Amino acid sequence: MMWILIVVGALLLLGVYLSWTAGRLDRLHARVDASRAVLDAELLRRSASALELATAGLLDPATSVVVADAASRARTVNEESRYQAESDLTAVLCTGLDDPQDLAALREEIPGLGQPLDELGMACRRAAHARRFHNEMVRGAQRLRRKLLVRWLRLAGHAPWPETVELDDTVPRGFNG
Amino acid sequence: MKIGIVCPYAWGVPGGVQFHIRDFSEELMARGHSVSVLAPGGEDDHAPPYVVKAGRPVSVPYNGSVARILFGPRAAARVRRWLTDGDFDVVHIHEPETMSLGLLATWWADMPVVGTFHQATDRSRAMSAARGILQSSVEKLSARIAVSEEARRTLVQHLGGDPVLIPNGLYVDRFNVPARPEWRSDGGTLSFLGRVDEPRKGLPVLLAAWPGIRAKMPDARLLVAGPGDTSEIRQAIPAEHRDSVTFLGAVSDEDKAAMLASSDIYVAPHTGGESFGIVLVEAMAAGAPVLASDLVAFRAVLDDGRLGALVPIGDADALADEACALLADPDRRRQYRDAASVAVRRYDWSELAGEVLAVYEMVMAVGSPANRVFRMPRR
Repeated sequence: MMWILIVVGALLLLGVYLSWTAGRLDRLHARVDASRAVLDAELLRRSASALELATAGLLDPATSVVVADAASRARTVNEESRYQAESDLTAVLCTGLDDPQDLAALREEIPGLGQPLDELGMACRRAAHARRFHNEMVRGAQRLRRKLLVRWLRLAGHAPWPETVELDDTVPRGFNG
Repeated sequence: MKIGIVCPYAWGVPGGVQFHIRDFSEELMARGHSVSVLAPGGEDDHAPPYVVKAGRPVSVPYNGSVARILFGPRAAARVRRWLTDGDFDVVHIHEPETMSLGLLATWWADMPVVGTFHQATDRSRAMSAARGILQSSVEKLSARIAVSEEARRTLVQHLGGDPVLIPNGLYVDRFNVPARPEWRSDGGTLSFLGRVDEPRKGLPVLLAAWPGIRAKMPDARLLVAGPGDTSEIRQAIPAEHRDSVTFLGAVSDEDKAAMLASSDIYVAPHTGGESFGIVLVEAMAAGAPVLASDLVAFRAVLDDGRLGALVPIGDADALADEACALLADPDRRRQYRDAASVAVRRYDWSELAGEVLAVYEMVMAVGSPANRVFRMPRR
């Protein structure tokens, strides 16, 4: 008699633990999705700022064309190539806007350049922060999903394995003054 | 946005973290956010209206030394009341690993929590038995911010993850003040800022270099600002150079800016323990060319020597040579000044507050990990 009670009690505890873990996993997935949405929004903001700078007619035509091309590609390319296109935009920005001294001279020379430049700098930093933030969230979810019980009992259901976002979001040195 | 900020150190005691929180809070309020700062302190301590005092810290043995810590049931109750009354959208805790308010606030908060790490100390010795509790508390942070690359590295080593880097800020315009003629010498004015009796701030190195500088620049003078007992230090200076060194003691913010603005060179001869070097940025904002020891943090702020001169750490002879070379080269000083005046904008609160707010928006979009064993009762 006693052992039945013990087994039932143990099963109950296990059940509570499992449903708690499943709930936790569910919330974690929701947070991963939310932080991914934040990251996508910040990347869009960055490419929008780059596009704005490039089409404002303030920079030289060559720089403008290259930046505008990279920015609009990042905004229009399909999902698989998206992060590659974002990395390409970073590469273009880092090449074109890498010298703080050049940029300081340009700021003095061209009135009205300061604001779009500052906005782009801020957008670059925000995007970099957002990616770090998202990846931390993803790693937390991955840690939980690697646990044995979670794997054996498929507590994650059909939710896809959360992946970190890997892309180059270096902030061009020119924006550091 | 309703923002609650937790300051680990008593508001009345001047310190980098307190100044950082003060300036940042004022910037947020100027942008229309509502801010409440929770800091240690007694009822009669002077503090601005947005600061809520959590009680006086007491001295207890902790982590191998005596620390001033705020703890006990009453402190815990105050933190809980502050969290409930504030109904914050986000809580921002500075130095969450400090055994103080931060720990309590992280524990009780059920809104998203952001933590900022200022120090870059080696934590390996610390918190043996308490480690588990502190670790789980740090894991509750929705986002982590480090103020310098070194602080970030320490954090990654000890806790892993990938915290964001947002440097310390200042109000650049407040340092744009005129020079004080009575502090100037046409033969070259150098300045030093920091506790005079704390060797790692490097005053001994500078004073060892001083006779060498005066040998080449006989009319140079040195301004030393910072708290600490100066009588012995003054006696140790050779008599013929004693009058060329002016000790200003602890200075107000206005005097600090004016001293920097009066300087031909601001010298930062620190020998270690600096995680960021906000003083360098302050000097740059005031238009003082910087001559600093080659610490990792200083090299980063000076962009590998583009924004100021770097000399080997603790080398008085090298310091004297470089100071003389710089005094004799007004062009190089102008270059540093021009480049630095652009670079410091990156550290202005108008920029940095936007970055921190971006982090707030992120954690709010994602929500708090609603998974507490203890949930705070809602009224």
